[in-house]
Amino acid sequence: MKVLVPVKRVVDANVKVRVKPDNTGVDLSNVKMAVNPFCEIAIEEAVRLREAGVATEVVAVAVGGSACQEQLRTCLALGADRAVLVETDEPVHPLGVAKALKALQDSEQADIVLFGKQSIDGDNSQTGPMFAALTGLPQATFASEVKPQDGSLEVTREVDGGLQTISVKLPAVITTDLRLNEPRYASLPNIMKAKRKPMDKTTPAELGVDVASSVEVLSVERPAERAAGIKVESVEELVDKLKNEAKVIA
Amino acid sequence: MTALIVAEHDNDSLRPVTGVVAAAATAIGGGYDVLVAGEGCAAAAVEAAALAGAGKALLADHAAYGHQLAENIAPLVAEVGGGYSHILAAHTTTGKNFLPRVAALLDVAQISDIMAVVDEATFKRPIYAGNAIATVRSSDAIKVVSVRGTAYDPVPAEGGSGIVETFDNIHDAGLSGFVGESLAVSERPELTAAGTIISGGRGMGSGENFALLDGIADKLGAAIGASRAAVDAGFVPNDMQVGQTGKIVAPELYIAVGISGAIQHLAGMKDSKVIAAINKDEDAPIFQVADYGLVADLFKALPELEALL
Repeated sequence: MKVLVPVKRVVDANVKVRVKPDNTGVDLSNVKMAVNPFCEIAIEEAVRLREAGVATEVVAVAVGGSACQEQLRTCLALGADRAVLVETDEPVHPLGVAKALKALQDSEQADIVLFGKQSIDGDNSQTGPMFAALTGLPQATFASEVKPQDGSLEVTREVDGGLQTISVKLPAVITTDLRLNEPRYASLPNIMKAKRKPMDKTTPAELGVDVASSVEVLSVERPAERAAGIKVESVEELVDKLKNEAKVIA
Repeated sequence: MTALIVAEHDNDSLRPVTGVVAAAATAIGGGYDVLVAGEGCAAAAVEAAALAGAGKALLADHAAYGHQLAENIAPLVAEVGGGYSHILAAHTTTGKNFLPRVAALLDVAQISDIMAVVDEATFKRPIYAGNAIATVRSSDAIKVVSVRGTAYDPVPAEGGSGIVETFDNIHDAGLSGFVGESLAVSERPELTAAGTIISGGRGMGSGENFALLDGIADKLGAAIGASRAAVDAGFVPNDMQVGQTGKIVAPELYIAVGISGAIQHLAGMKDSKVIAAINKDEDAPIFQVADYGLVADLFKALPELEALL
């Protein structure tokens, strides 16, 4: 069984991004980049499926600029068997990425496609379900547990009201939530080994897909700042302020 | 120009967030209809048709839609929505599940988690955990949009046309099935609809200690939330998580207890009207967004607070 794991290169989760002064976007120059945390969870789950004997091959794929090779190498160091870069200098958008991945899936024929539930830059939470629609596959989003069954997967999903368990026929699309697993760290020997693992390159044009977006970003601004508050000295003072100044409790 | 809203409901009644989505449709202008897909959900369709400004409610009542499985809901929404200028749903785990599938079936982009409507094609939405706000414009013929639950006040529950039409074309992909669910049962208000929220973080120390928040929540009629750290530590279940990847809330009063204030948590609550924070670390980032900060040991402060309310 083959597992395909699409990953995204994003700003590191610990970086506090700054909006560019000309309001055209956020400043990503000299900022630490990383594998999107949810994609890292997806890689970990795929590697665990292989370690459990369920999967036989884990393929990491990224759609984006040449620099994405860095993140694909990280995925190889974390246990992926090989990687594919769909290289484009265009800004990437969920529908365009889903189309490129669909074209790739046509030849890869993976049994499970494991996405992160959202990327921490665009916060769109779209690519997995879009890919599922284009390929006609079932989906289990926001997974916190994946149990392989005969010809299907039983997946527990984190939903607003609690947890929901569904069954999806294989092949299927999964998107990971935070508590699916805790990703491992890459060991030094595995980082060295990753350098020799295969990485293929292709382009949207070679795949025959148009990744242009119909959504234009007009401006990017800083959010409204909250005015600095005050420190109170006691619980009594806090209750007094909430009652008589903010008037939010009776 | 008419929008189609996909209602969020539990088959018995509409969820309040549907009224918020209706308010976004009203801001776009041009009127709206509401699709209510579910099983045994006729009462929810009546509520939907009554929403202020509603044109009609379209009722798709079938076992295939009972658990909102995306494989069945998405083709239905794409079929019904093909004749509308906009397709709107809430940016909840339900909306996030089926709406991108709808957009892809229609070969259009989706604009996620909008905070404001600028005009019929232009929207404001948060990116980078709310550290930046993007204004984006769609050139698609059909705009597929998910709406943040705190973006607008819900429209009134009355004043709509009251017209309910049934839609009989059933989509059952047969690719997925519902196995079970474990939903939180609480007498307290829902997090996303609560006027007051008290949330605990890693500083609470254990799941048992969350009981310290119960009495205060009872007195304030508040919902109880948690930071990701508290959920990851296993103190409380995932449905209580407030933050970038959890629930987005904007109550009148948000009380953060033992929460340091990571940007991912702030992303979920910083639009609250008043924020109070109790933390023993005076340098905790939560104090930078709190209107009222109390540097104190929560195990002493919480019983005192409960006694004073």
